[in-house]
Amino acid sequence: MEGRAQKHLALIIARELASQLATATFIADAVGNLVFYNEAAESILGRTFAEAGSMPAEGWTTQFQLEELDGTPMSLESMPAGIALLEQRPAHGALWMTGLDGERRQLSVTAVPLFASATECVGIIALFWQSAPDDA
Amino acid sequence: MSFRLTVWGCRGSIPTPGEATVRFGGNTPCVEVRTDDGGLLILDAGTGLRRLGAQLEGDGPLHLLVTHLHLDHIEGLRFFEPFWHAGRELHIWGPPSAVHTLEERITRAFSPPLFPIELADTPASVTFHDVPHEPWEIGGVRIEARTVSHPGPTLGYRLSTNGAALAYIPDHEPVLGVELADLEPEWISGHAIAEDVDLLLHDCQFSENEYPSRVGWGHSSVAHAVEFARRADVGRLVLFHHDPDRTDDGIDRIVERAGELWGKDSGDRPVAACEGMTLELP
Repeated sequence: MEGRAQKHLALIIARELASQLATATFIADAVGNLVFYNEAAESILGRTFAEAGSMPAEGWTTQFQLEELDGTPMSLESMPAGIALLEQRPAHGALWMTGLDGERRQLSVTAVPLFASATECVGIIALFWQSAPDDA
Repeated sequence: MSFRLTVWGCRGSIPTPGEATVRFGGNTPCVEVRTDDGGLLILDAGTGLRRLGAQLEGDGPLHLLVTHLHLDHIEGLRFFEPFWHAGRELHIWGPPSAVHTLEERITRAFSPPLFPIELADTPASVTFHDVPHEPWEIGGVRIEARTVSHPGPTLGYRLSTNGAALAYIPDHEPVLGVELADLEPEWISGHAIAEDVDLLLHDCQFSENEYPSRVGWGHSSVAHAVEFARRADVGRLVLFHHDPDRTDDGIDRIVERAGELWGKDSGDRPVAACEGMTLELP
């Protein structure tokens, strides 16, 4: 019981918020480790968080196959969650994602860095939803 | 109308039988609420529910109000004797998630490999109710359910009649990210459920020393329980959801500390729930 590392309070509260939302929500820590996604996200990502578990950035960026709208592979640097993480600024975009259930879906994503203070980014939160091409 | 409560389980997280927990008990949450006209509501379906079910008489409809679906609050359901009586009418009220109904969520715990029998194969006539947003009534008791701060969809319940009101918030971390002293009541998790009740059964899993390493686990320290009760102006505070590692002597120390925090001139001092305890109100 004593060995569990304490997450930053902002991440804890972000997870609490996500667990209350019907909007698909994904949370990563400051180094990009996926630390949580909610029930609403499970149907889009194709697997429950309990089954998928936490994973490093290189894990989720490859397991969830992301593509630009023209079908070219999307790098971490150009995806909204990657921009929020690497450049520490909000980002929004549309993309294709093939979930762990093998289904390809078009998504709109808005990602925001979580600053606990002016200089301390403790992670990112990304909200996403399925969209039609004109919605992007 | 008045209430008579009997505590059948008040331990948090996991059952804790053994010599160190004899006085307060090791069964997980379950509280029987009787009205003076014979009505019955059951709060939570922890392991305490098994013993309650074994001594229930009559064959009328039963209503279980479940706060949330962590196992310590539903573990007793599968061994609740009325579940195994053909045609017995059971109503289970509780929180849906943002995506799934209460029935879908409970069915997961009531099916292989976690349990050998499918929920649909049980002989009782079971109806699941996602709790409504507005208050509702069962047997003359007004019931209000609100989401409170705890991981996953979790409810607090307020039961009231024309003569008494009680609140049941067994799993609750109202201080997560906030200072209760600084908040307006409408920003305090659970406040509307507990405000001005005669009796509050509230989470008190941790000591003040333990809490800092357990932030976000969804539970209160003794200081949080007392402060929450004071902010809500409750009449009596009953400390509930005892930590599984807390011995009887340890709970005595928690109660002593709660009394210090409560103050001498503030009415009834807090007590700790124990199995077999009965409480009457008004």
